[in-house]
Amino acid sequence: MEFISYLVNGLGLGSVYAIIALGYTMVYGIAKMLNFAHGDVIMIGAYISFFALMNFGLPIIPATLLAIICCTILGVVIEKLAYKPLRQASSLAVLITAIGVSYFLQNGAQLLWTSATKVYPSAMPSGSLTLGGFSISWLTLITIGVCLLIMAVLTTFINKTKTGRAMRACSEDKGAAILMGINVNFIISVTFAIGSGLAAIASVLLCSTYPSVFPTLGAMPGIKAFTAAVFGGIGSIPGAFLGGLLLGIIEILAKAYISTQLSDAIVFAVLIVVLLIKPTGLLGRKLSEKV
Amino acid sequence: MLKVENLKVQYGMIEAIKGISFEVNDGEIVTLIGANGAGKTTTMHAISGLVKPSAGSITLNGTELTKVQPYKIVDMGLAQVPEGRRVFAQQTVEENLILGAYSRKDKEGIASDLADVFQTFPRLKERRSQLAGTLSGGEQQMLAMGRALMAKPSIVLMDEPSMGLSPLLVSEIFHIIEDINKKGTTVLLVEQNAKRALSIAHRAYVLETGNITLSGTGAELAKDERVRKAYLGG
Repeated sequence: MEFISYLVNGLGLGSVYAIIALGYTMVYGIAKMLNFAHGDVIMIGAYISFFALMNFGLPIIPATLLAIICCTILGVVIEKLAYKPLRQASSLAVLITAIGVSYFLQNGAQLLWTSATKVYPSAMPSGSLTLGGFSISWLTLITIGVCLLIMAVLTTFINKTKTGRAMRACSEDKGAAILMGINVNFIISVTFAIGSGLAAIASVLLCSTYPSVFPTLGAMPGIKAFTAAVFGGIGSIPGAFLGGLLLGIIEILAKAYISTQLSDAIVFAVLIVVLLIKPTGLLGRKLSEKV
Repeated sequence: MLKVENLKVQYGMIEAIKGISFEVNDGEIVTLIGANGAGKTTTMHAISGLVKPSAGSITLNGTELTKVQPYKIVDMGLAQVPEGRRVFAQQTVEENLILGAYSRKDKEGIASDLADVFQTFPRLKERRSQLAGTLSGGEQQMLAMGRALMAKPSIVLMDEPSMGLSPLLVSEIFHIIEDINKKGTTVLLVEQNAKRALSIAHRAYVLETGNITLSGTGAELAKDERVRKAYLGG
């Protein structure tokens, strides 16, 4: 019984990781860059939803929507200002820029809202669902449900819509995509918009579970979700889901049965082992370098 | 219809195209022949906007293409079958064809052109829901051609369509190019297989290390002593 409840909690945490990992994996798949500022977009989402709930007294859904809108705009603006001018630059230059953007957002947040931790209000339904002897909190259920919903909508979007097809085309061959008449810059903007919007959703779920808001709050979930994306196979959308869920489960089980202090080390050790055995991640494809 | 004037392309310090001029008239098949490294693919990429020329002009029905965003060129009626086919391997045959019509909005027109492409290439119809990466080289070439036709272009650029194909398939591909032309599409063909290219071309240009050294009708060049020596095996 205990094991099952750990498993469910792991799925809940893993759902948050999966939602964040999508942002990493989609941006990597299409723009071929690692957006290390992604975690800090989560932090901005957390502050915006915090102010919406506390200062404007909005209910949770409008607060989340506001965070989604702001983060989407932020993501697109970051891409236009910081990454687009580097389209032809080396990937190292882009990576360093992303780290720069990350510091900029963290320090900006500290300047605007101080480094003091704010307590996130509990706006989600409290209590839990009891089923045949064991109980699951509504928050965990909502988190898992939101993750499944996002997965279904995103998969349909990528596979069935014109923009989704264009996104897949850009991820395979940008030159050929241009020959089809696809505006690659627009597709990259759409990708950043989706990733950042998802980061906002993740921020609300995350802060409802761990209710403290501070300028570096995005760093740890960001790096964990990045790990999840690599774990599942970076560039692969199902891989991000699988990687996120597995990472959450491993983390919670490690905390429960091995050691709370060592849980992060165990998570990263598992990543190293997986990459040793399967360098492209669980669902990643082998990329052959073009000569 | 397509006019290239004094085109120059530079890769760093190296001038790959050294000021070439040629034109393609409505309804023609024009071929650019030349050895490896002569600058054929670079010329194609300059026309479709994938590389920026350092000088010169490229006009399509009077519009300067070098000033147009590359992705908008398809919508102006110029499609390309790129070298090495570059089909989207992870998408199905049908999805690849639909992507070819990305810039179009007329749903019925797209559906009827899809039917036309399937009629021209029956093998693509058989394999419509297969991933493009699982097709043979010849089938991928047909897919790349079908995908370009889905844009309903008035002119199509074909870059080495016979590369790496068996002689039987090469014949089939060249027949199809002639058919496409007879149905009213202008063709600019770049080929290493000079013999086949000259046999179907109305006019031809010889490209040598970034310069056009000869031009004439397909039949004239096929008889030309220098061309015979250099490209047709004596």
